[in-house]
Amino acid sequence: MLKYLEQELLAKSGSSLTAVIENVSRRGVLGGLLTTTGLVLALNVSPSSAREALKPYVTGGDSMPNKTVSDPRIFIAIDPDGTVTIASHRAEMGTGITTGLPMVVADEMEADWSRVRIMATPADEPKYGNQDTDGSRSMRHFIQPMRQCGASMRQMLESAAAAKWGVDASLCRAKNHAVVLLDKNKKETGKSLGFGELAASAIALPVPAPETLQYKSPNEFTLIGKGDVKIHNLHNITVGTAIYGADIRIPGMKFAVMARPPVLGGKQAKFDADAAMKVPGVEAVIELEGVYTVPRKFGILGGIAVVANSTYAAMKGRDALNVEWESGPNKDYDSIAYDKEMTATAAQPGKVVRNQGDPDKAFADAKQIFTADYHAQHLSPAAMEPLVAVAQLVNGKVEVWAPAQSPFGARGDVAAALKLPIEDVTLHMTLLGGGFGRKSKSDFVVEAALLSQKMGGKPVLLQWTREDDLRNGFYHTVSVERVEMAINDKGKVTGWRHRTVAPSILSTFAEDSGYQFFIEHGMGFVNMPFEIPNVRCENGKAMAKTRIGWYRSVSNIPRVFATQSAVCEVAHKLGRDPKDFLLELIGSDRKLDPKALGFPEDFWNYGDPYDSFPIDTARLKNAIRVAADKAGWGKKMPAGQGLGIAAHCGWHTYVATVVHVAIDKDGTVRVPEVHTAIDCGLAVNPERIRSQTEGAAVMGMANTLYSGITFKDGAVEQSNFSDYEVTRMSNYPKNVNVHIIEAAAGTRASGIGEPVLPPFHAALANAIFEATQKRVRSIPMGEKLERA
Amino acid sequence: MVKVTINGKAHTFDGDPSMPLLWYIRDDVGLTGTKYGCGTGLCGSCTVHIDGVAVRSCQATMAELSDKAITTIEGLSADGNHPVQKAWREINVPQCGFCQAGQIMQAASLLSKNKAPTDAEIETEMAGNICRCGCYQRIHGAVRLAAGGV
Repeated sequence: MLKYLEQELLAKSGSSLTAVIENVSRRGVLGGLLTTTGLVLALNVSPSSAREALKPYVTGGDSMPNKTVSDPRIFIAIDPDGTVTIASHRAEMGTGITTGLPMVVADEMEADWSRVRIMATPADEPKYGNQDTDGSRSMRHFIQPMRQCGASMRQMLESAAAAKWGVDASLCRAKNHAVVLLDKNKKETGKSLGFGELAASAIALPVPAPETLQYKSPNEFTLIGKGDVKIHNLHNITVGTAIYGADIRIPGMKFAVMARPPVLGGKQAKFDADAAMKVPGVEAVIELEGVYTVPRKFGILGGIAVVANSTYAAMKGRDALNVEWESGPNKDYDSIAYDKEMTATAAQPGKVVRNQGDPDKAFADAKQIFTADYHAQHLSPAAMEPLVAVAQLVNGKVEVWAPAQSPFGARGDVAAALKLPIEDVTLHMTLLGGGFGRKSKSDFVVEAALLSQKMGGKPVLLQWTREDDLRNGFYHTVSVERVEMAINDKGKVTGWRHRTVAPSILSTFAEDSGYQFFIEHGMGFVNMPFEIPNVRCENGKAMAKTRIGWYRSVSNIPRVFATQSAVCEVAHKLGRDPKDFLLELIGSDRKLDPKALGFPEDFWNYGDPYDSFPIDTARLKNAIRVAADKAGWGKKMPAGQGLGIAAHCGWHTYVATVVHVAIDKDGTVRVPEVHTAIDCGLAVNPERIRSQTEGAAVMGMANTLYSGITFKDGAVEQSNFSDYEVTRMSNYPKNVNVHIIEAAAGTRASGIGEPVLPPFHAALANAIFEATQKRVRSIPMGEKLERA
Repeated sequence: MVKVTINGKAHTFDGDPSMPLLWYIRDDVGLTGTKYGCGTGLCGSCTVHIDGVAVRSCQATMAELSDKAITTIEGLSADGNHPVQKAWREINVPQCGFCQAGQIMQAASLLSKNKAPTDAEIETEMAGNICRCGCYQRIHGAVRLAAGGV
């Protein structure tokens, strides 16, 4: 901890820094800087000047398609009345990013938030930079460009004021939506010009060169890191006027639903178009050819669409189709059999992805060997807004409205499907009623565009039903994770072996080899943080038999469930406290050295350069200590109750969660309290960090107890929220306490949506063990368990 | 022919009597604040009030609604300042926001018949409304907050 601090502080030499350390121990003992309890940091920066030059750091944003854009003239407009409009180019699915990034711009340019208007942009990456809103990348990749936009515009406004007053720009200072004139002693003279008055001349000025920009120092922030900023669209959401995908209304618009094959790769054999046409309101029955060639990518499944004058008529028409399906090449997919197959594979050596030291010898010499298999079922994102899109063709050009997570990707896919140049496709982003990864895939948008084309360009709203959403989806992979530890005669873990067996997302994009690829390897598998001398990570073959896609947190869900459960299991085996044992396994404070540890050559660090975002065990340990401390770790728990802990670094955000479990008399698992500590570097919008974390507990509980997609005869067995159950208010995690670790100055912002989820599953399973001595190794486990 | 009032305005419907109210509201009347989430009464996104009581509009067919007074989220209050709406904004309940119209309508109905619900009553009454973003802690808090002002 201290070492980490020192490094960070030394890196900032040149400005005078005072570290104020608030000890968050409930015991209230500071114990000096060497305290072993968790620390929440508050840094008071007292620089000689309130503005500072910032050295840019490289992020993966530079290697994403269309990279990042930091031109203030693209992102900011100022009206003569002073209204500042800030463009928001990332998809809003509930993370709050359409509030968060504009906050960064507004703060840096000294805009008054109450006079800021946020404008969602259309899908146009060459203009705005990458828009693929996925992988908790928005803040991580765009905080620097957005600060640059804001600082540039601030300096342009200051220069415009200097020209008006005929003074040097150093005497002009932007402050709260105006530029104030300073005297020679840098005191305010009382003269000022509003942003609106300066807008026209400021925007005409050249954009300052990036290396000349001066940024606000953190202690001058008015929005970044502050508490209560109301989210964009809050009022509209509460009065029913916020616009989601299905809320677009165009005169003459038709409503469509589609029947799609229940088994991947199947085709319709027979259907009754006449019967469907007889349903009042039905106007057309249209066959859409699916993409059957491998890889399918986001290609449409194909099937039969019914177009009508209302959604209900379209649904009735679809019922009347009475489709018979050819079951296709995946008709034998059976989840029970497949799990057995994966379990057998996990028991055999697999393809070695990481090797460090001599794990064979460590296991041969071990006094004890721990082995456990952890199973997880497929998941469906099941956002509350089922997939939907609206499209029309006017004069051969397509206009689309869609809740698309990757709006520019969807625009390109529509252009390709309709064989049009991308310039002839416009895509408007609506709000997303949840995304969780599913809405990055463009199949539903392409379907709407194809249907409009077949309807002679008429506007068509294509609605997926909940059943379609659950049965024709892209699924979070199914998995068996085997974790083995070699333990020597001193009770030390000397060997670690982890085998992952799960169909790969790569099967969606390339011919399926049955093996996972570097992105999946980088999610809590090869980059596990334990200081164990002998390590082997292996991948066993598993062929995909349905469409595998990403779901919030992706492979981190099964990996962290497995590894963090295994740590707790071994702790108990050795008679150790699970939290202390977890800290001990993580070991010394260090930044992991991928080369020395035998990480694969193609090691994937969430798409970012490792130097910019190394894995720092001190930050992980600190999060664990904070969460444990806040939860009162070690306190005596009543019978049938327990605390469980788990921690993980994903997407460069360090998260530790302590779940308090209380088991009802009938075996119902309840969660009366949760403490999650988060170190996401510079925390821009704490209010949304809290909301994302509260939500992750609810989703984590769903994944652990309730939700699972299973296949029989190649088709999904679940149909709706009756059998694909999710967390409800009748049993939800209460009192979710979020502890945001204030990072040392200069710590790079990472993200929050994905990384807050993974530790919850193991923390819950570990707490269940403390409460009942029953070990959960297979999720979803069901809501109830027999009390021990 | 079915006569209904929606948010105080009279409407007549002479289409398929089996049409669920949800689709009439959204596709015919054009009020899109009421959301489709499951179509089977399992998620609560489509909750409206019929004669003041929360009902899943995907489960009420037009045939059953003769002379009924229907209120949707757009009509819950004239200025959008129903105590439940205010409470929702006060504590920043929504994430994606999609389910919130249904949640708000459910909460308003609950509070109209029970001015001071217990925690258990709130959880039972709100259990039919799913939020996948997981805003339950704040929904619970907002119902309690609104209870002070209803």
